[in-house]
Amino acid sequence: MRYLPLSEADRSEMLATIGVGSIDELFVDVPAAARLPDLIDLPLQASEAAVERTMSAWAARNRAAGAGPFFLGAGAYRHHVPASVDHLIQRSEFLTSYTPYQPEIAQGTLQVLFEFQTQVSELTGLPVANASMWDGSTACAEAVMMASRVTRRRKAVLSGGLHPHYAASAYTLAHTSGVETRRLAAAVDDEAAVIAAIDSDTACVVVQTPNVFGTVTDVSDIARAAHAAGALLIVVTTEAVSFGLLRSPGDMGADIAVAEGQSIGNGLTFGGPYVGLFACRSELVRQMPGRLCGETVDAHGRRGFVLTLSTREQHIRRDKATSNICTNSGLCALAFSIHMTLLGGTGLTKLARINHARARRLREALATIPGVEALTPRFFNELAIRLPRPADAVVEALAKRDILAGVPFSRLDPDAGLEDVLLVCATETTLAEDIEVLAKALAEEIAR
Amino acid sequence: MTLQTVGRVTRAEFQPEDGAKDRVGHGLLQDEALIFEEGRFDMTGVDFDETAEDVELGDLEGLLRDAPPALPGLSEPETLRHYVRLSQRNHAIDLALYPLGSCTMKHNPRLNEKMARLPGFADLHPLQPASTVQGALAVMDALAHWLKTLTGMPAVALSPKAGAHGELCGILAIRAAHEARGDARTTILTPTSAHGTNPATAALAGYQVQEIAQTPDGRVDLADLAAKLGPHVAAIMVTNPNTCGLFERDIVEIARLTHEAGAYFYADGANFNAIVGRVRPADLGVDAMHINLHKTFSTPHGGGGPGAGPVVLSEELARFAPLPWVTHGPDGFALVERAEGEAAAALGRLCAFHGQMGMYVRALTYMLSHGADGLRQVAEDAVLNANYIKARLSGVMSAPFGEGPCMHEALFDDTWLEGTGVTTLDFAKAMIDQGFHPMTMYFPLVVRGAMLIEPTETEPRHELDRFCDALLALAAAAKAGDVDRFKGAPYEAPLSRLDETAAARKPRLRWTP
Repeated sequence: MRYLPLSEADRSEMLATIGVGSIDELFVDVPAAARLPDLIDLPLQASEAAVERTMSAWAARNRAAGAGPFFLGAGAYRHHVPASVDHLIQRSEFLTSYTPYQPEIAQGTLQVLFEFQTQVSELTGLPVANASMWDGSTACAEAVMMASRVTRRRKAVLSGGLHPHYAASAYTLAHTSGVETRRLAAAVDDEAAVIAAIDSDTACVVVQTPNVFGTVTDVSDIARAAHAAGALLIVVTTEAVSFGLLRSPGDMGADIAVAEGQSIGNGLTFGGPYVGLFACRSELVRQMPGRLCGETVDAHGRRGFVLTLSTREQHIRRDKATSNICTNSGLCALAFSIHMTLLGGTGLTKLARINHARARRLREALATIPGVEALTPRFFNELAIRLPRPADAVVEALAKRDILAGVPFSRLDPDAGLEDVLLVCATETTLAEDIEVLAKALAEEIAR
Repeated sequence: MTLQTVGRVTRAEFQPEDGAKDRVGHGLLQDEALIFEEGRFDMTGVDFDETAEDVELGDLEGLLRDAPPALPGLSEPETLRHYVRLSQRNHAIDLALYPLGSCTMKHNPRLNEKMARLPGFADLHPLQPASTVQGALAVMDALAHWLKTLTGMPAVALSPKAGAHGELCGILAIRAAHEARGDARTTILTPTSAHGTNPATAALAGYQVQEIAQTPDGRVDLADLAAKLGPHVAAIMVTNPNTCGLFERDIVEIARLTHEAGAYFYADGANFNAIVGRVRPADLGVDAMHINLHKTFSTPHGGGGPGAGPVVLSEELARFAPLPWVTHGPDGFALVERAEGEAAAALGRLCAFHGQMGMYVRALTYMLSHGADGLRQVAEDAVLNANYIKARLSGVMSAPFGEGPCMHEALFDDTWLEGTGVTTLDFAKAMIDQGFHPMTMYFPLVVRGAMLIEPTETEPRHELDRFCDALLALAAAAKAGDVDRFKGAPYEAPLSRLDETAAARKPRLRWTP
């Protein structure tokens, strides 16, 4: 076996050093009835070439996003990632290192985390960001729990523009702890409904911008209403590239900002692994979940970085911890940080403008198709359109023509009564000819 | 994996040597500033197909940033240098043994990385129509088959994003099962040696946590367990092999007592790598167990994630598994994403989309490479390597539960350092000067000054010998009274000991101009 360095001679000499006659003697504590005498019924070891053939055959049975016109967003976005990003994250010293518990020999990872935290803080407009969460949806759920701890209240108001998977994930985590999540009806724009739903029991309001329908909202009024009621405002962003163009959550009054960072540095990968961004106001830091990296000095007075404020965490506080989170999403955070370092603020803004320009082109092309109605008034790079028939059937039909047209809203929320709504997205990878192909095919399918 | 860091002395009594602060590098190791100190804020290292400067933004008025985010953009050569220089300040499994007990730092095969980057896996959107992702669903199905067969369990939930997420998944399924019977239970029992995530998860799921005592030989105290079980206990959470590196000999009896009390047996599968292919958790009476794909199945740790924590479930708990999961339908594979029909009892969603696909591909590649025979050899070699280290060091270092074999990791305490003036922390830091990453320190909490060493199966014997020789030489120095060598250590690392107390007292968590 190519990954196992011990020879048979090594094994018998080592057994002799240990003072046992066979490997079985090392498993003597296993109850006799549970010791498997034979191999488990699974295939035997295989060469690298053979495994590569098997896996490649499976990969070939998928239609890659880049293989043709592609318009899916809704929480996961196709962007171009510079070649150097993937090269760097495969450096052994990043790829095969552990959580930086021994800071003297983990300054590489720690400095990256400090830079990552600074980048996330700057993008979200909030002073403190952690070293990443598992993804945007789990970050959102943790934010709801955090707001409940901070306010000592047990109700969260979730906007109907929040990604339904995020709302569902928050519900799963919150309801077992007795925190109620009140999700408003799915709506392209529900600012007024959100404000109306806030009361004196509300721990937090969760609003997404751009929301799942693509709508960009100035959440300042919601922030004022939440704060007047003693509640916190959590702003969710699933498309991190939008930070380059739009006002930051902190600037609009968010107390906590959570985001899916996949768009920057990370591929689609069928939904994971991704990287959750989590930022908040300074005074809330001790209620924050997840790891934090901080600056300090070594015994020579030289600057260095360490994991800090760990008395919030499970390995110290056990059942009193702010969260059970242990691993973060280190390598994905590294990819995010490298891509962000290449882009810089001005590059991110340029990228965001291009995304927006492509989405405008997409909207123009689709909105002129008879029977199609564009629903999203102000959008960044994705929007909702209404079709004259159920969107899932149209998407299936277009997939047969090798066009991945978008996400039927009913796939995310089957109970909203929005079967005719299709979510479409354009990024810098969307070409003008892709848009033409989609518009033509969609018009034909609708006319059929 | 967890480390105890509370209350330790982090500032060494050490005088800086002349000029140490003025260096810009050390040998070929360059010092590296923060990107905010070296980069220019008006530059970008990315070229775009178009500028789009003239795009109409009128209807977004009031919603736009006043200025681009204040972040520097570095050219590609500067970026490469920055990160390569930083990388050189990290230890890595590709450099040397990485003996962190309970963390399972084994070799990460590069074929796994190559497969995960095939466009057919890496460039797939999670919400594409099922007809366009049949291969991805087949991979999930195959991974599920391997995990179920290796554990003997009938069902698996793939979506949990990490071990702790898997724990939450399992405990929520247990909670749902009790609630479905109208049985409100309040408490979860965990041994004192448990990973911190166990009590944290139980609390997050709304349970009180009660600790089970440990026997003098490092295992669950059956009498204490029996006394604490009762109609209020929802589940026990037991790691097996446990965090002392020992197999729970009474595990079948533990399961029987638990079930007799109407509670479920949640197994923390962090140490499954010690028994894979030789023991099936189902045969031990387990009801639910998470599997850290980044431990047993070698997906890379990446400096702290991403992990993946699928949970195998018993027949009774299977119907509460979270959405989504893969089924076989008339048109091939399909995803069950709605809580209706046979999924009506599903505990809901744990996260957006379908979990850590990139990790599924890597783990399945690893499984196919090893096969049933190779995986059994993995467990045997991991246990052999740990026992070899234990045998070589036990004459000098004290092993608290030294009678009988250990499993995949060898536990020592600090009894042998008594009177030397050297602590576990000092000893660990001095290991760095010898070219080795320290072992896990001060965990598990049940022994004093714990040193937990897990070599894994991918270490060759000569590396184990180098490691043991270095530790024995250090131990001799400690016993000879060479305290300075330890108190100021490490001397040879890029930085000396860092002041963790100052970092926590006045947190500085981002760069500011």
